[in-house]
Amino acid sequence: MASIAETHQTDSVLASRADARAQAEKTSDYRPYRPASSSPFVPEGVTASDLVWAETVAPGGYSHRVVARGTRIRFDDPTGFASASVILYNALETNERLNVADTLKIPWQAYLGAGHPLLSGDGRALATISADTSGQHDAFCGTTTDAFNLQKFGGSAPEGPTPSGRALFTLAAAKHDLTPRDLPPSVSFFQGVRVEDDGELTFTGSAGPGTYVELIAELPLLILIANVAHPLDPSEEYLVGPLRIHAWRGDATSAADERFTATPELNRAYLNSIDYSEARGL
Amino acid sequence: MTVTETPSTKTFTTPVGEILSTVPVGAIYAPGTVLDESGPLVGSIIVSDDTVAPLAPWSLIVKAGEVLTIVDVGGNQSADCLMYNAHDTAERYSVPDTLAWQGNAYVRQGTVLRSNLGHPLMTVVGNEIDRQDTIGGACSKESNTLRYGQHTEYQHGCRENFLAEASRHGLGARDLVSNLNWFMNVPVEADGALGIVDGMSAPGKRVAIRAEMDVLVIVSNCPQMNNPCNDFNPTPLRMMVTAADTAASTITAAPTSTTIGTDF
Repeated sequence: MASIAETHQTDSVLASRADARAQAEKTSDYRPYRPASSSPFVPEGVTASDLVWAETVAPGGYSHRVVARGTRIRFDDPTGFASASVILYNALETNERLNVADTLKIPWQAYLGAGHPLLSGDGRALATISADTSGQHDAFCGTTTDAFNLQKFGGSAPEGPTPSGRALFTLAAAKHDLTPRDLPPSVSFFQGVRVEDDGELTFTGSAGPGTYVELIAELPLLILIANVAHPLDPSEEYLVGPLRIHAWRGDATSAADERFTATPELNRAYLNSIDYSEARGL
Repeated sequence: MTVTETPSTKTFTTPVGEILSTVPVGAIYAPGTVLDESGPLVGSIIVSDDTVAPLAPWSLIVKAGEVLTIVDVGGNQSADCLMYNAHDTAERYSVPDTLAWQGNAYVRQGTVLRSNLGHPLMTVVGNEIDRQDTIGGACSKESNTLRYGQHTEYQHGCRENFLAEASRHGLGARDLVSNLNWFMNVPVEADGALGIVDGMSAPGKRVAIRAEMDVLVIVSNCPQMNNPCNDFNPTPLRMMVTAADTAASTITAAPTSTTIGTDF
C-alpha cells in the first residue's frame, strides 16, 4: 500500500501549493459549514439565510462562538451518542458566567428541560432552553478531567482518542483570552443523570438518535462546547457521537412571550437581562 | 453549652428617624438562642481556633494533614465554603468532580472533596449530620432579586463575603465557583424538585475535614434572611484546626477563649 506521502506530490512550492489546494475538494463528516446557509442540515422551519453558525462537532471535539443577544442555538444529536458539555459567558463581561447552582436552585428544579433558564451568578438569564426533545441532560456531574480520563481510559490529551472535557474547554477558553481559572462547572446535554432518594447519581444515558435542544441567547454569549464522553457513562469505551450545531437570528425573550411570566423567578431573571441590555445599548 | 448575650442591632438616630444598617431586620440571633461551642471532632492539638461572627467571612490555609472542625454553634447555620490549592489557586473545589467521582449528590462521612483537576483537596473525616449540601450554591445580592424580589438586592450575601475574603488572597469574581454548604439541607425529590428546606443540624453539631494538600479555605457565615439556610437566625461558627499527627498527641487542648463576634 502506498504511504500517505506517496499520494502527494510536494517536491516544489508550486507542486505543494497545487497539492494543498486539492485538499479542499475533500470533505469530512465533522466540519463547519460556511456560509452557515450552506448547511446540508438546515433545521425544519428555519430559513437558511437566517443561519449564522452551522457546524458538526466531531466526537471528542470542541467548538466555541460568540453570538448576539436573541440568537437561537440548536444542538442536534443525530446518532444518540452526542454528549455536549456547555459553558456560557456574557460575551461583554466574561466574569459573568454560567452558575450551575443558581441554575438549579432558582427554578427549584434539578433537571434541565424546556423553559429552564441557564442563569449567571449575577442574577440574569444567560439563555433559556426553549425546546427539548431529549429530556436527558445533566447539571450535576460537569465534564471529565485529565485525572478522570487517565484512570478510566489511560489517556486524556486533546491529541489522543479520549480527550477530557476540561482539556478541550481549556483550549476553547484560551482562544477568548480566558484561562483555567475561568472554567466554572458546566452542564451537559443528551446524556441524562437522575438523583435517587439516597443521593445516588444514576446514569440514564441517551434518549436515542434524532433529538435536539434549542437555546435562546438572553445576553450576548460566548459559548464553549466540549463534545466528550460523560463522566458517569458506564461504557468502558469512549462513547460519543457527533454534535450538530445550528444558530440563527432571533429575538431575546420579552414581555410578548408567554415564558416571560412563566414563574416569578423567571420573570425577574428576564427583567434583569433586559435591564442590563438596555443600559448597555444592546 | 452557653447562652450568650444577644448582640444589639446597629441603628442610627437621625433627624428623620431611626435608620437600620444594611443588615436586614432579624439578621442577628434572637434572645435566648442556645449556643454550643463544642470542641474538635477529630484530633486534639488545636493549632488554630476562630469564631466567625454571624454574617461575616473567614479564611485560613489548612496545611496538608491538618483537620478543620467546623462547629455549628447555634444550629442550622449554613457555612458556605470554597477551597483552593494554596499553592496554585487555579486549582479549586469542584462540585461536579466531587459528585461524579463518588456517584452521589450529597456530601457525607468519607466524601472526598475534589478539585477541578479531579484531585482530592480535603476529605470528610467526621460528620454529625446525615448529609451536607453542595448543590445549593451561595446566596448573593444579585440572585436575591430573582429569588425574593428586587427589594432584597441591598441585603448582604455570601457572594459579598466570598469576594471580600477572596480579595485578601488576590482572588476575584472569576475565582468563585459553586461551593459547599455545611449544615444546609437541600433535598432533590423524585421529580427533580430541589430547594433549601429546614436544616437537620443543631447547636454544637460538627463536621471535620482533613486537608489532603495545603488548602486555602474560605467560609461565608451565611447572612441570608429569606430562607431557612440559617433558621432565619444567624449564629456564629467556630473553626478549629487540629494538628496533623493526632496519634502522637498527648496534650488535650484546654478550651480556648473565643469571642462571639457581635461587632458588625
